Amino acid sequence: MSDEIKRGLQSPLRRKLLMGAAALPAMALLPRLAFGAGPPTAAVNTTGLAVTDTEVTVGILHSATGTMAISETGSIQAEKLAIEQINAMGGVLGRKIKVIQEDGASDWPTFAEKAKKLLVNDKVASIMGCWTSASRKAVLPVMEQYNGMLYYPTFYEGLEQSKNVIYTGQEATQQILAGIDWITKEKNAKSFYFIGSDYIWPRTSNKIARKHIENFLKLKVVGEEYFPLGHTQFNSVINKLKLTKPDVIFTDVVGGSNVAFYKQLKAAGIDLAKQTLLTISVTEDEIDGIGGENIAGAYACMKYFQSLKNENNEKFVAAFKKMWGDKTVIGDVTQAAYLGPWLWKATVEKAGSFDVDKVAAASPGIEFKGAPEGYVRIHENHHLWSKTRVGKAKLDGQFDMVFETADLIQPDPFPKGYQ
Amino acid sequence: MIINSRFFNRSELIGFVALAALLFVILPLSLDVFRLNLVAKYLTYAFVGIGLVLCWGYGGILSLGQGVFFGLGGYCMAMFLKLEASSPENTKIQSTPGIPDFMDWNQITSLPLFWQPFHSLTLTILAIILVPGLFALIIGTAMFKRRVGGTYFAIITQAVAAILTILIVGQQGYTGGINGMTDLRTLKGWDIRPDHAKVMLYFFEVFLLFGCILLAQFIRLTKLGRILVAMREQEDRVRFSGYSVANFKIFAFCMAAIFAAIGGAMFALNVGFMSPSFVGIVPSIEMVIYTAVGGRMSIFGAVWGSLLVNFAKTGLSESFPQLWLFGLGGLFIAVVLAFPNGLSGIWADHVQPRIDRLMTWRKPKPAKAWTDSSVADGAPAE
Repeated sequence: MSDEIKRGLQSPLRRKLLMGAAALPAMALLPRLAFGAGPPTAAVNTTGLAVTDTEVTVGILHSATGTMAISETGSIQAEKLAIEQINAMGGVLGRKIKVIQEDGASDWPTFAEKAKKLLVNDKVASIMGCWTSASRKAVLPVMEQYNGMLYYPTFYEGLEQSKNVIYTGQEATQQILAGIDWITKEKNAKSFYFIGSDYIWPRTSNKIARKHIENFLKLKVVGEEYFPLGHTQFNSVINKLKLTKPDVIFTDVVGGSNVAFYKQLKAAGIDLAKQTLLTISVTEDEIDGIGGENIAGAYACMKYFQSLKNENNEKFVAAFKKMWGDKTVIGDVTQAAYLGPWLWKATVEKAGSFDVDKVAAASPGIEFKGAPEGYVRIHENHHLWSKTRVGKAKLDGQFDMVFETADLIQPDPFPKGYQ
Repeated sequence: MIINSRFFNRSELIGFVALAALLFVILPLSLDVFRLNLVAKYLTYAFVGIGLVLCWGYGGILSLGQGVFFGLGGYCMAMFLKLEASSPENTKIQSTPGIPDFMDWNQITSLPLFWQPFHSLTLTILAIILVPGLFALIIGTAMFKRRVGGTYFAIITQAVAAILTILIVGQQGYTGGINGMTDLRTLKGWDIRPDHAKVMLYFFEVFLLFGCILLAQFIRLTKLGRILVAMREQEDRVRFSGYSVANFKIFAFCMAAIFAAIGGAMFALNVGFMSPSFVGIVPSIEMVIYTAVGGRMSIFGAVWGSLLVNFAKTGLSESFPQLWLFGLGGLFIAVVLAFPNGLSGIWADHVQPRIDRLMTWRKPKPAKAWTDSSVADGAPAE
């Protein structure tokens, strides 16, 4: 029997055992793991959420279908893994987490509709979800109106802060500035060329990058181009790259466009071993589509790489592959999505309550020492303190970490001097 | 018995009463506010469907770009609501308070000129009707006067839908880009988000919908409606009889555009949201599918089609988040293969003859009515 088949058999069986174990009175032998041993429901749930003596319901809201499914599937998997692990440890306040999954279908209004359904109909205690900025912007008014709690995993443009959202990815200044400083020093760069997809995140990120490069580093941005989402013809901009010869190409092209961009770059003879390219939008997930041979040599700047060498990450990668198969890869957002359920658990336990107001108030200062990226902590502004790392893409689709900031970087969603 | 002498014939009257009962009584009584708000969202597509019945079902002009007009109407409404939500107090965190948040993110420091009229509700309502109407007039005149029709016209409407999407996405400082306009809050100080407002908006929308149904029925019954049908069947004969075919086509297309725009405006009000994902090619084709499922020859069919397809969409996606699209696709294929005239075709072929027979048994009719129903009895579907 091959390894793969064995795992396929093992994984559902293990889940069944876990679930069976939750219900079996045999669990009385291990009182710590029995659900229903927590504080009385009336005390931990004063706002009518879906919490019983043995169960608490949370929602997962990502695109399982549509163009974003390829990116969001990793987040769904990570969140389910975290929830399964939490349940195996005895749940939250003695209650097993039950998941209601909804499909946002890569369609922003559908996200809003489903978020409302989760909050109004299902009374979920929190939602792990959203991916694109557009889906978050659509869901945000719903979260605020019905007082929900959203754990949002993607690195994003900042300029936002809400009582009802915990941002587990990096905001733009956290992600970008340290990376640009490092590459400027390392490559002695003088000129930059920006290429991005045309929506709010690349535009805001590039604005911040440009202010940093021009006002603080006193260097030059020689070009800035945007392409519609899903665009696949990059020849004109590649010609301009050849003419202007920037020291660093800085890209935030997202989704499927990446595949076309890096293939055309290679076909046009731009060798990433010689030409420095720094991307903030390509994770291991995207390389899966681009092909390692097309992007090897490029630098990526974010907070997590699958290849990080620490004990937490090794355990996380092993558990993830055991649950979802050996071929899966783990990108920055997937790891950030994994943090969501853990941070929520820690916050609920600190607050001693599932009530959204108490969870929101207890969030600042919550730590998670078991994070695969290393220690993280929630800031007063509901973003995470995190390190920034630069990785160099290898042929096998993984990154070699070449730089890491010494300290955690403070999240600053409304950066002064960058607006 | 001359059917056309009455505004509704008997079967249409049954359809009208059934729909009115469903929308005014049954749904509001049986659904909670959340689901009722979803129905309000589905019904916004019914406006588009009614327009498509006029222009495609009767006039034979297939437009695959109704999302353009739905979007224009929706954006006009959303711009008004967004301006109201962007009062200086609400936006004092921005570098330029008083303008919509997405403009501030894009370094725009004053409200662009074309946004100014949307401070006024009256001008906004005019814009909802006139902007799409004029746009349809321009496209229609350019196409139909040159006798561009059929497939070519459908392709051009698709192109327009694609162009408008790219325009909206590209000009994000002025339009909100791919995110669209979110976080719409009040209409003239009246909060559109709480439950009681949702119920009011629902009833307002249903009233508007019935207004549009009656208007469409009126157009159908006038000479104009009959010319449209004649045009669909034999365009050249109508032209040779001395009618200006182009003008009639332009009229039908403009009416469809205006209906779609009203739907779009209601969408922005009910959902509190407008984005380019309702403008492009895919939503435009979806709107045609709703009409096809309902039956493109039936005004009521368009409403039923929008309701049922969207109910199926929500229901399937809630129960099977990973697989629902396949189920929905299968449903469309089944409907088109088995019932090419849509739901209204099923009704006309299977249900209506039985009702007719029941009615005629109870009340003996003159001989002519008997021959009518015997024709129906001989229909292949029996």
